[in-house]
Amino acid sequence: MSEIAPNMYRYDEFDARFVAERTEQFAGQVERRLTGELTEDQFKPLRLMNGLYLQLHAYMLRVAVPYGTLSSKQVRKLAHIARTYDKDFGHLTTRQNIQYNWIKLVDVPAILRELASVEMHAIQTSGNCIRNVTADQFAGAAADEIEDPRPLAEIVRQWSSLHPEFLFLPRKFKIAVSGSPNDRAALAYHDMAVEIVRNAQGRTGYKVLVGGGMGRTPYIAQVIGDFVEKDDILAFMEAVMRVYNEQGRRDNMYKARIKILTNALGIEEMRRQVNIEFAEIKQAGTLQLPKEELDRITAYFAPPAFETGLSDTMPDAGPAFANWVRTNVTAHKAKGYAIATITLKTPGQVPGDATSDQMDIIAGLMDEFSVGEVRVTHEQNLVLPHVRKKDLPAIFAKLRELDFASPNAGLITDIIACPGLDYCDLANARSIPIAQKIARTFEDLDRQHQIGELKIKISGCINACGHHHAGHIGILGVDKKGVEFYQLLLGGSGAEDASIGTIMGPGFTEHEITGAVERVVEVYLAQRKDGERFLDTYRRIGMEKFKAAAYETVAA
Amino acid sequence: MTKLLKSGAFAADAFNTIADDTALPEGAVIVSLARFEKERETLLARNTPIGVRLKSDENPTRLGADVNRLSLVALEFPKFRDGRAFSWARMLRTRLGFKGEIRAVGDFLFDQLSYQHRVGFDAWEVPDHFTVEMFNTALAEMTDVYQPAADGKKTIRQLRAR
Amino acid sequence: MANTLQMLTANRLKSGDVLYRKGSGWVPLLADGEVYPDAAAADAALAAAQAELPRNEFVAPYLFEVRQANGVIVPVKEREVIRAAGPTVHPHTGKQAGQYHV
Repeated sequence: MSEIAPNMYRYDEFDARFVAERTEQFAGQVERRLTGELTEDQFKPLRLMNGLYLQLHAYMLRVAVPYGTLSSKQVRKLAHIARTYDKDFGHLTTRQNIQYNWIKLVDVPAILRELASVEMHAIQTSGNCIRNVTADQFAGAAADEIEDPRPLAEIVRQWSSLHPEFLFLPRKFKIAVSGSPNDRAALAYHDMAVEIVRNAQGRTGYKVLVGGGMGRTPYIAQVIGDFVEKDDILAFMEAVMRVYNEQGRRDNMYKARIKILTNALGIEEMRRQVNIEFAEIKQAGTLQLPKEELDRITAYFAPPAFETGLSDTMPDAGPAFANWVRTNVTAHKAKGYAIATITLKTPGQVPGDATSDQMDIIAGLMDEFSVGEVRVTHEQNLVLPHVRKKDLPAIFAKLRELDFASPNAGLITDIIACPGLDYCDLANARSIPIAQKIARTFEDLDRQHQIGELKIKISGCINACGHHHAGHIGILGVDKKGVEFYQLLLGGSGAEDASIGTIMGPGFTEHEITGAVERVVEVYLAQRKDGERFLDTYRRIGMEKFKAAAYETVAA
Repeated sequence: MTKLLKSGAFAADAFNTIADDTALPEGAVIVSLARFEKERETLLARNTPIGVRLKSDENPTRLGADVNRLSLVALEFPKFRDGRAFSWARMLRTRLGFKGEIRAVGDFLFDQLSYQHRVGFDAWEVPDHFTVEMFNTALAEMTDVYQPAADGKKTIRQLRAR
Repeated sequence: MANTLQMLTANRLKSGDVLYRKGSGWVPLLADGEVYPDAAAADAALAAAQAELPRNEFVAPYLFEVRQANGVIVPVKEREVIRAAGPTVHPHTGKQAGQYHV
């Protein structure tokens, strides 16, 4: 089958040379490490800045998927890398990236060259720098969108790539961009987030949030710029970065994120300082973003040539298909089109894992049905952004063969889980087996649909890669004298109604946690009123009843 | 031992770095910010070049209007992961309009030279084994850049517009 | 805490493979590694390994506690059990599946 090139950013000679030179620069750093010219202490920040970790079993390479967008050619390359250099699978992350768990240091230069050949890289997927930028996975397709956030995300990607001033920040720095009032990008949990908004005059611009984050001390981001004009956005972001680089704490890594600085200064003082820097940078003028440049980048993301005259009626292809449509298909802005979410969450599966063969088949689906494009979501799923409604039954049939057709997007078995103690050097407890067990427990589809929207998010340690603070039900793995325990949190949200989950109490054992979740869900089903989601019921009735039920059969 | 690299070549160091408890010798000196603040009048009255060495938590704006009476500001990297001096150098060049020497001292890596160069450093205290070729290599690894910085280098966006 | 048993682990620099200390060298399997009977022996092994870091053959050496019953070595912490065997969620990968090099 011929590959289709979707409308997404394509490297010109400058981008291509930049990534090629960066690849060789890192290859040189690897070589200097192997010869001992660089010590491990010196090499570590350099390798992290290029996405390379040393994990529990081996090196792990995190490949950047800028704002979650991939072409079929890129997906085939990712499959090839999994097959050739890893153990035949890759893992989608909560930052819309893909990571490989069994990489050899000596293979990394070759892998990066393979990636560069399809306009990909691992630049700034870790380290104390501006990380790979994330965006709404439905960008450019969603019916509720004000504007496509990807052009700005690409501009931010370029601006942040090897930014000379901000590569050795106090701590990591995560940026997300969204163009819709319905937040699918967890904006409030980012170090800095940009939301495209329309002002009273009907002009679009950017609302900028700062100081959100998870980890040991979770915070919801606060507004630092109500309405930043489009041509000012890079100057404004640079101003935020400079205030952070100068004043972020460097004496304690747990207090080094911008959320701590923001709350120590207070948002008013933070805004005052950022505005001083901003005025100066704006006046210098070199970071202004001319409309022509934004238009030029936007043109890359032009909507595909949608067919006209398509029927907007959903095909009838049986109850299983109807169930899948109910949860996994989202309204598209073009008539006769839809957005299809492929959940990599079939109960029992490792959330977010895909094998080389599965990736190749998905690449085929992309070419056949979605103009060669797929998106990675922060919920560790994939999205076919532009599919004709009439093709949905065929897509569903092919996904069934892949075992990726679970009608569970947003339901209780669509669980986010970090790699946890099965892979991660920092983890205190396993996450994936807990996700698998909970998903199997709630496997029954009628029960899942009866429960409705319920987001479970599991982290294997306080660093919160599994977003447990933002889970309607969050689960945090802790270590008690070498044994895994799991704390329950209730009431978190990573959406536009963002909130931080509340810890219920002492942890449960690996064997108790699933039962506790079940009892919590039973309380919800008994208490809910007229169409309330779990989160709504929790917000209305509070922790008490849930807590009583969760601990009821657990020995003290 | 270290040696001084300036304008792409090794150079004799015209400055003596003077400890806070040592009497000031004749000639060009580098002193700490604390000493500069304490002995400002005396130092500025000497008719010899003055340099101030800033620790990574010392904001150059503390030098106030005196900054342009200095010949040199040395910015210290206490450990190479501490990136504050990247912002201090940028601030010296752009906000404060400092035209003198900005010297990198302390713990930094070959891999940081090009970034330091971009934000306004123009002199480096490097270890003895360091060569001019290494410096040139460090600056040549990446041909083009995406961001405007204090070096005035044309950005990729500007190059595209040609 | 009399005579806590400990072992020493690290990763091979080039491959990232998990290693266990035995004598003055390394072996891939926990079961073949050396168990240090007391803190003095363990600390000496760690010091020896740290002195070898400049050879750039392995990285990140550290000690961890084990129990020994009927000649079988079992790490005290779940983390080390998983490190020695491989991911519990993919039993076809890692040392548990015979994937290691001597």
